[in-house]
Amino acid sequence: MKRPSKHGAANERAARRRPATAGTKRLKTTNGVSRRQSARSARARDARPATTQRQTVSLALVQFAPRKGDVRANFERIEQVFAALRHDKEGFPAVVVFPEASLSGYFVEGGVAEVALPAATVSQRLNRAASAALGASHEPFDVVLGFYEDDRGKLYNSALYATLGSTPALRHVHRKLFLPTYGVFDEERFVSRGRTIEAFDTRHGRVAILICEDACHAVSVTIAALRGAQIVYIPSASPGRGLEDVEPANVRMWRDIMRVAAAEHGIFMVYAGLVGFEGGKGFTGASRLMGPFGDLRVEAPFDGAAIVRTTISLADVNIARAALPALGDLESNLSEITAMFDKEVANRPSGAPSSRTRP
Amino acid sequence: MKAHALPVVHAPPPDDAGLRLDPVLARRWLINFLRDEMVNRRGKKVAIVGVSGGIDSAVVAYLCAEALGAANVYGIRMPYRTSSPQSFEHGGLVIEQTKIHDIVVDISDAVDGYLRYEPKASPNRQGNVMARQRMIVLFDQSAKFDGLPVGTGNKSERLLGYFTWHADDSPPINPIGDLFKTQVWQLARHLGVPSVIVEKPATADLIRGQTDEGDLGISYPRADSILNRLLLGYREEEIIASGFTPPEVRLVVGRVNSTHWKRHLPTTAMVSTTAINEFYLRPVDY
Repeated sequence: MKRPSKHGAANERAARRRPATAGTKRLKTTNGVSRRQSARSARARDARPATTQRQTVSLALVQFAPRKGDVRANFERIEQVFAALRHDKEGFPAVVVFPEASLSGYFVEGGVAEVALPAATVSQRLNRAASAALGASHEPFDVVLGFYEDDRGKLYNSALYATLGSTPALRHVHRKLFLPTYGVFDEERFVSRGRTIEAFDTRHGRVAILICEDACHAVSVTIAALRGAQIVYIPSASPGRGLEDVEPANVRMWRDIMRVAAAEHGIFMVYAGLVGFEGGKGFTGASRLMGPFGDLRVEAPFDGAAIVRTTISLADVNIARAALPALGDLESNLSEITAMFDKEVANRPSGAPSSRTRP
Repeated sequence: MKAHALPVVHAPPPDDAGLRLDPVLARRWLINFLRDEMVNRRGKKVAIVGVSGGIDSAVVAYLCAEALGAANVYGIRMPYRTSSPQSFEHGGLVIEQTKIHDIVVDISDAVDGYLRYEPKASPNRQGNVMARQRMIVLFDQSAKFDGLPVGTGNKSERLLGYFTWHADDSPPINPIGDLFKTQVWQLARHLGVPSVIVEKPATADLIRGQTDEGDLGISYPRADSILNRLLLGYREEEIIASGFTPPEVRLVVGRVNSTHWKRHLPTTAMVSTTAINEFYLRPVDY
């Protein structure tokens, strides 16, 4: 497999020198010792400087329609995606981003418990899919993927960030905080809320994950940016509605939200959306990359499966933040802002009525 | 500068945003829906459409022909002996224009076979028997051609309860069920449905001389505007204040509120913690 040399960080080169089969054996092992070893090596790598300012990151944004409720079939689809990317003229990407609920489809209702998997299991099966598609000695690459998570009986709408290759590592799991439970949505009935938004170091920059509605709230992006994220990955599943204009209204809304949030925080925002219909609800893909100037770099059609390829330079984050120092201004005012939040929380009587009144 | 010299910018009056429709986008969306829900999800390539000669079934026939190919669509005309000959002709026009298969099943014998036992049945009851008989035909034809009946009910009549329960609403998929009647008109013009069909008064053609608007007591454009506001969450007094009379608002609200049951599956007595669709929740495509 060929890969542009510009994507190779020092730690990646080191990983390449390791015997390829060792990591594969470790992946197949399901006991805790191997996972701990893997986690230790991942932490060691993360302790190194994560990025250089000139680092570029090659991305693949995958929008597809999972087979409803069929986890095995969807891992096979993912394997096919990996195989297809092998032959892409841009070379194999550094990070492959999949939508929300990629292993099952989004609207599964009480079926969540049947399709949910532990994050470690998903990571292992992704690695297996990568090995099957690319060969056991493939070069490492990273994946962001949304799925329903089973954490010892507690269910979440989650997305993981994992490195696949000879030294696989599950680097982070984000659990969706903002669970839409209105109108066509009923998430909080079936899954629990996540509690934190974290930024974390990867071989390809410091990043954060927000899932769908998480990213509709500007404060989520603010927290990710304050924690140092250069890239926010957004696995999403947005049912299309509002056909009064040339594109569904939710596509326009998402683009506007991302444009403003990316420009305000000087951050890359990478959105991968489900497509296809589920019980009459059609998801709008429109997977896109929004640059840190609020500049839309690329966007897929809202319908139909597609893979979007693009390469970003992390230096753009610094340039954007210098040109529009809104994030710096926010940091300067942070104590006053948080005091206002605290006051607002303190002033709310417990059991205050929801702002949702009608319809 | 004098205050009156400042240019004043007036906001346009609010329109019925929920009723606007981009027909190009709607066509693309609904064709994707038909292909995805029928072929990809259910593995069915053949559509069975009851073609009445009215605008709703015409739009569905056009969409199905484009989505699946005319050779995979069967237009079924099902006249009763008192049905309007004009409706039959208009149905034929749709079939001719879309080049879908033309099948005629006269339901008179089947309907009369039952009504012989109910000679005093009211026109409404007779109409319901005809509507349900037509569904028997559509479902049987779908079994014959390994296809799927495609629904033709629009959002206005669904909300107003202006349909026969377990008849018009029974096909498993429906591309226009979330379009108000006035939006169906917009889409029909874009699709090229013959103007003689688009511009004629809508009728269920179950009773001679019947029209939808005559039955409902309000025009579709006004009913749709009220329905749209109602569903968005505006209260009756707010709708009246936006230019509607109290009687017409009450008429529409009354019809909606008295027909919620028609938009649901039968009510089942719950006796367990595993009651279907109460505790045991799985989506239709799971």
